[in-house]
Amino acid sequence: MTQAIISISDLNTHYGDRQVLFDVNLDVQPGEIMVIMGGSGSGKSTLLKHLLALKKPSQGKIAVDGQDIGTISSKNLRELRKKMGVAFQGGALLSSLTVGENVRLPLEHNTNLDTQTIDIMVRLKLELMSLSGFENLMPAELSGGMLKRAGLARAVIMDPKILCFDEPSAGLDPVTSVELDELILKLREAMNMTMIIVTHELESAFKIADRIMVLFDGKVAMVGTPEEVRNSDDKRIQNLINRKSRDEEVDGDAYLKRLVTGD
Amino acid sequence: MQSIVNGVSYIGDYTRNIISFVGMAFIFLLNIFKSLFSRVPPVREIIRQIQFIGVKSLPVLLVSSLFTGMAVALNLYNALIRFGSADLLGPSVAVGLIRELGPVMTALMIIARVSSATCAEIGIMRNEQQFDALDCMAINSYRYVMLPRLVAALISLPILTAVFDIIGIVGGYVVGVVIHGESGGTYIQGIFDTVTFNDVLIGQIKSVVFAIIIIWIPMAYGYFLHLNRKAAGAAGVSHATTKAVVLSAIFMLVTNFIVSSLML
Repeated sequence: MTQAIISISDLNTHYGDRQVLFDVNLDVQPGEIMVIMGGSGSGKSTLLKHLLALKKPSQGKIAVDGQDIGTISSKNLRELRKKMGVAFQGGALLSSLTVGENVRLPLEHNTNLDTQTIDIMVRLKLELMSLSGFENLMPAELSGGMLKRAGLARAVIMDPKILCFDEPSAGLDPVTSVELDELILKLREAMNMTMIIVTHELESAFKIADRIMVLFDGKVAMVGTPEEVRNSDDKRIQNLINRKSRDEEVDGDAYLKRLVTGD
Repeated sequence: MQSIVNGVSYIGDYTRNIISFVGMAFIFLLNIFKSLFSRVPPVREIIRQIQFIGVKSLPVLLVSSLFTGMAVALNLYNALIRFGSADLLGPSVAVGLIRELGPVMTALMIIARVSSATCAEIGIMRNEQQFDALDCMAINSYRYVMLPRLVAALISLPILTAVFDIIGIVGGYVVGVVIHGESGGTYIQGIFDTVTFNDVLIGQIKSVVFAIIIIWIPMAYGYFLHLNRKAAGAAGVSHATTKAVVLSAIFMLVTNFIVSSLML
């Protein structure tokens, strides 16, 4: 087995006094599509923030491309980030710039390429995302799906080794969602990127993932292939897959106390 | 007893939050200045911000300065005429405007027009993860977003203040000379005879200090918006903008008094 491009060991993290991730361990191989799945509030986005070094872990180690995120110098972090692309949930395009200006931003700041080459690369990526002709529009003029694709175009403009994608299908209609899944697979095929995709869309996850990590309440329920996850005998995973409610037993006395005292 | 403990705890929390925010805001300002030396400053963005802070503020400033100058001259004329010193109208209006009213009124107009917009824009950028996106693209957000605004304010404010002073003096001329029939030559010559280089310098120093205050505070409030978990989203932006505008104005007026006292 080749050396993991992303390695997380014993990751624990807190928001104030509240612990949100508990002893998370994960290895991602180069070229792999790893989907992080789980319900709302399960810690998926927090885990992604750790991978992007936007949040420091309370405890544990995260290594990306051989570099320890916890102790990395700001110069090395800048270099590492040039090898990573991130597509945010809402696109996170700079609202004061046009789509084209947004997509060219990483190239203008991180390379010495001439304007003509940058123009060609921007057109190439926008074409790939079926957004050619939209480069002069402002982000506010785009639909949700177009914003995500524009964000993805910006994320891949530097041809990154690792691509992180936060909720690619959230809020999209089924057709656009399928198109985006196909685009992700096409990108991996064309550029052999390692992808970390955070989602709670089951259909999308099973279609694109090589492996799936399932998180519940900040704890790893399992890591396995889509087939293994489908056949898991963990009740919570089956509830998630089959869209069943949690069937939690209600303590009558505690419930009544909560209603009366508000505690 | 419990209510006393709660009260003390609330005051403690409040004080700790203020001290922590002040510390962060100063580090924030330091990081902006530091980013000035990291690479070539983003000239295109600076020009865009000069256009927003400076050029687009001109119409509002021209109207307000003209009427401020006229109102000051009107009041001064009525006071001076009682002592038979109407010939001092020009110097009185000019010194008042150049040393005090010009820098303060310009700063207040810019707070109303620019500081509120800056805080809201940066707050929304924070809400929409645009700063996270910049970090992930290895783009220094201090250099790319904050520095152009600070540099543009530092360039625009002294110029706008000078424009305010000149138009205000013209307003005084309209009231004193055109309306009340005083001598135009006396009005203008009095200004040249009385206003010193020191007066102009004080006004310009104030405008530079105010430029930093009225752009730094709104930027810091917008940038640290996410730290206030009790008021996130649209409510958070509105809350931060209100606080930033009020604090900028108060801080600017207090600084005005301090600078005036030191440079008298």
